[in-house]
Amino acid sequence: MRTKISIRNTRSKFLGKVEELSGESIYACYQCGKCSAGCPSISEMDIFPSEIIRLVQLGEEKEVLNSKTIWICASCFTCVTRCPKGVDLAKIMESLRQINLRKNVDYVSPLSIPKEILSQVPQIALVSSLRKFSA
Amino acid sequence: MKISYFPGCTLKTMAKDFEDSALASASCLGIELVELPRWNCCGTVYSLTSDDLIHQVAPIRNLIRVKEQEDNRVVTLCSMCYHTLKRANKLVREDREKLDKLNNLMYREDVKYDGEIEVLHLLEILKNEVSFNQIAKKVKIPLKELKAAPYYGCLLLRPPEIGLDDAENPTILKDFLESIGAEVIDYPYQTECCASYHTVVNVDLVVERAHDILSSAINQGAEAIVLSCPLCGFNLDNRQKEIKEKFSDFKGIPVFYFTQLLALSLGLNEKVCGFELNFVDPRPLLKSKHLTGRV
Amino acid sequence: MSRMGVFVCHCGLNIAGTVDVEKAARLISNYPGVIYATDYVYMCSDPGQDMIKEVVKEKKLDGIVVAACSPTMHEITFRNTVASVGLNPYRCEIANIREQCSWVHQDNKEIATEKAVQIIEATVEKLNLDKSLVPLSIPITKKALVIGGGIAGIQASLDIADSGYEVVLVEKNQSIGGHMLQLSETFPTLDCPQCIATPKMVQVGQHPKIKLLAYSEVEEVSGYVGNFKVKIRRKASFIDWDKCTGCGLCIEKCPVKVLSEFDEFLAKRKAIYTLFPQAVPNKPVIDSNNCLYFTKGKCRACEKNCSVEAINFEQKDSFIEEDVGAIIVATGYDLMDKAEIGEYGYGKYEDVIDGLQAERVLAPAGPTNGIPYRPSDGKIPKEVVFIQCVGSRDPEHYYPYCSKVCCMYTVKQAMLYKHAVPDGQAYVFYMDIRCNGKGYEEFLQRGIEEDRILYIRGRVSKIFKDGDKIEVWGADTLTGRKIEISADMVVLAMAMVPSQGVKKLAEKLRLATDEYGFLTEAHPKLRPVESLTAGCFLAGAAQAPKDIPEAVAQASGAASKVLSLFSQDVFYHEPIIGSVDEEVCVGCGNCVNICAYDAVELDLATKVAKVNPALCEGCGACSAACPSGAMQQNNFSKRQIFEMVDAFAKGS
Repeated sequence: MRTKISIRNTRSKFLGKVEELSGESIYACYQCGKCSAGCPSISEMDIFPSEIIRLVQLGEEKEVLNSKTIWICASCFTCVTRCPKGVDLAKIMESLRQINLRKNVDYVSPLSIPKEILSQVPQIALVSSLRKFSA
Repeated sequence: MKISYFPGCTLKTMAKDFEDSALASASCLGIELVELPRWNCCGTVYSLTSDDLIHQVAPIRNLIRVKEQEDNRVVTLCSMCYHTLKRANKLVREDREKLDKLNNLMYREDVKYDGEIEVLHLLEILKNEVSFNQIAKKVKIPLKELKAAPYYGCLLLRPPEIGLDDAENPTILKDFLESIGAEVIDYPYQTECCASYHTVVNVDLVVERAHDILSSAINQGAEAIVLSCPLCGFNLDNRQKEIKEKFSDFKGIPVFYFTQLLALSLGLNEKVCGFELNFVDPRPLLKSKHLTGRV
Repeated sequence: MSRMGVFVCHCGLNIAGTVDVEKAARLISNYPGVIYATDYVYMCSDPGQDMIKEVVKEKKLDGIVVAACSPTMHEITFRNTVASVGLNPYRCEIANIREQCSWVHQDNKEIATEKAVQIIEATVEKLNLDKSLVPLSIPITKKALVIGGGIAGIQASLDIADSGYEVVLVEKNQSIGGHMLQLSETFPTLDCPQCIATPKMVQVGQHPKIKLLAYSEVEEVSGYVGNFKVKIRRKASFIDWDKCTGCGLCIEKCPVKVLSEFDEFLAKRKAIYTLFPQAVPNKPVIDSNNCLYFTKGKCRACEKNCSVEAINFEQKDSFIEEDVGAIIVATGYDLMDKAEIGEYGYGKYEDVIDGLQAERVLAPAGPTNGIPYRPSDGKIPKEVVFIQCVGSRDPEHYYPYCSKVCCMYTVKQAMLYKHAVPDGQAYVFYMDIRCNGKGYEEFLQRGIEEDRILYIRGRVSKIFKDGDKIEVWGADTLTGRKIEISADMVVLAMAMVPSQGVKKLAEKLRLATDEYGFLTEAHPKLRPVESLTAGCFLAGAAQAPKDIPEAVAQASGAASKVLSLFSQDVFYHEPIIGSVDEEVCVGCGNCVNICAYDAVELDLATKVAKVNPALCEGCGACSAACPSGAMQQNNFSKRQIFEMVDAFAKGS
């Protein structure tokens, strides 16, 4: 649990990319945890939602991009509605997903979805999940 | 009155009952919902990255269709379509540069979009233009003794800048249900997320969420859930099979689209209500309340 | 014929290192009107000043220019120097050849010297037309008005009255004491606030120099420092307080019960009521919105039972006028309404209470005798959640600032809860702990360790009722978990906001407020008890959230400012003010509109502008705005400015 921090972390390209894609100021988050407290999908997440921002602030790119959390996020915008600093966590989660997906790596590949599911779920479920999870 | 109507893909298939009951009851209330020609998928869900312009093409193209109909408003039924169209519309209204780029991308279109269209939900039309009082007057079969629990989900209300109603304490479905005579059940999970698109690859999460939401409503005495989104509808209705598998003491509860109840209360032919498409059959409940078999 | 002298200072090497000061003095001695010029190493020193005095007397100079550093440094010094030998101080001008010359032209000595000479010449031209002015002396009415009878207002009134001056104390409620009297116990000593405040309140009530106007509000204020005219509305209480003996029979007999504001709507009072047992003055008022006589024309039980015939339903509001010299505004605070917070239920859950309500249920003399029963069903809560920062530190939706006192009062309330319910558990959701006063950190740690209060670092996202429990969804950011608690009662530490009605009062007094309504101090660091309106001072939470010791300290500070104002019979105001040539003035009113200090008026009879010398701050805006040139500023007339410009432009 030892991390060395230098200007390379605080001015990392990764942090810059996240801010650019999301349009949000990562330093605005003061880690109050209100987003996590109201998150409906939190039971399956490995990293606490507000910790995701913390790790981005510390420049911990690998841990964030490899987390389960960013894929469990359901974009319900509860965090966005309640954040006292106006930080749009949903946009930040989307940026993190996109940084992964734009490497041309699917999280859910269309071909991997079993046939029964394809006919079972409403189209909007397929459209939106592929939008979020495939490259 | 005539108004352009955007159905969205699911309303033509799994949620056909939603569309049929909506068109019929709107017509009964004097609103002709005119389906847009050549509409395409709304492009759900709204893309949240700042540089992702290509994903805004789908919703904006639909707004161009509305403009071509020489209408300045479009009505939606599905929460996801409402959210996506409205947010894309707001984006281009505020960022002219992006709007120009989008128009350029859609150079093949005859008409350029300029932010003129208002995106509305049918509930807004019912509240503001018909008024719930007028609806109450037209009700032939008040849904007395039906304990209905409204469920809003996420995309109708959040983020607050495009929300239909107050995100923490919405009342529009409550007011609507009271106008058609139902008894409205208040419960704390009305605005909690159903886990949405996770129903494709992570059914467990949906089962947990849906179970929490439905149990909360049932504990407060609800006999029916009322909503406006086909994906929430799927997660809360169809997934009850998986919920029962995991939680053996789960009782089950019918789930309605709000227009199904509207059509029923206006005394329309039960065919348009489309109850056969509901997963949990609501007909026994409705029969026990003497709400069916009267037309 | 002018007899002007010029004294050029070296300022060590600050000026002389760049400007050839000897040359400058030589050149200027030939300038028309200048009969003497010299240079010296440090003009502001004692020998330097002595030299000036000698020369003024010997050469009978009628005006001097000191060419040296900025006037903000030593203008007053040199004016006093010449005044001491009988020369009018406003015939002493400073030519700034340091900040505006030598310091910024260090690389070019020739140009610097030329420029220095130009600056001195221009200043000589100004001096030539300077009038001999006399500072205005403004009389002071040595009576103070204190608005607000909370602990700050009480302290300020006592400090001023004990020094021998009269005070008028106006309080909008029927008793003084403010919010402090509602509190349970005060941190960090757990003192009883009623016990420590009531002696001061009684002192105020009995003080021969304090005129206590309770149940009154300030209606109108006019005038200026030292000379304010205040109109005060005495609200109708419907009881003749001079006749009333305070026997309380009327209150006993009144049949109407309504929710009590003092008990924060957790208990009832009658339609005729006193605020609390130790009220000062201890006289009742009738709440005409709920009294049966006023609403339905019935009852009159109080009147029937009053043995001294003090009830008077016909009583009307009355007005008093007072002349005062200084005003202290100590209107205090309110708590933000919890009904504004959507995610916590919009105020509809009975068992979710705010900080002041918690004070009432924990107060030993409160409606529940200090046992915190649940408002909904009267049961004793076994698990209580305290949430800090509700409405504070929330720039997106509510207030961005920190309300300062909540960390302390929350731990205090949690401790008092544990003392009343020893087998209960208290939880506190916090973001940061700000316990930085004397003894505060020790108090916090004592509370946590002795009373085993569980502090959870994270904000609460949602509260809702489930059965007879209140579900709280919070977060523990220190371990990365979502925390769910089924509480019996929840206490919200709501944001502190300025007292209701303060914005209207500020308008009447021409006081600046910030966007939240807190009164603006003259300087945030160095002038915390003064406002930018001369004669008006600030004390207590009206200026910013603060606790009792700070409010009391600030009150004494404001009082000392008032006392220093009153220590003279007159105060002196700079005469560099606007003056109107009434023959030329056409009454267009431009000057009236442009004045930021409301110092100019149009005389309705003669239709010419009149400057109020006490309010004018000499900014010059009026003379710039005057189209006819009727308005000029003393010793900064248009002619003087043009002469200076000519002097500068001469060489080019």
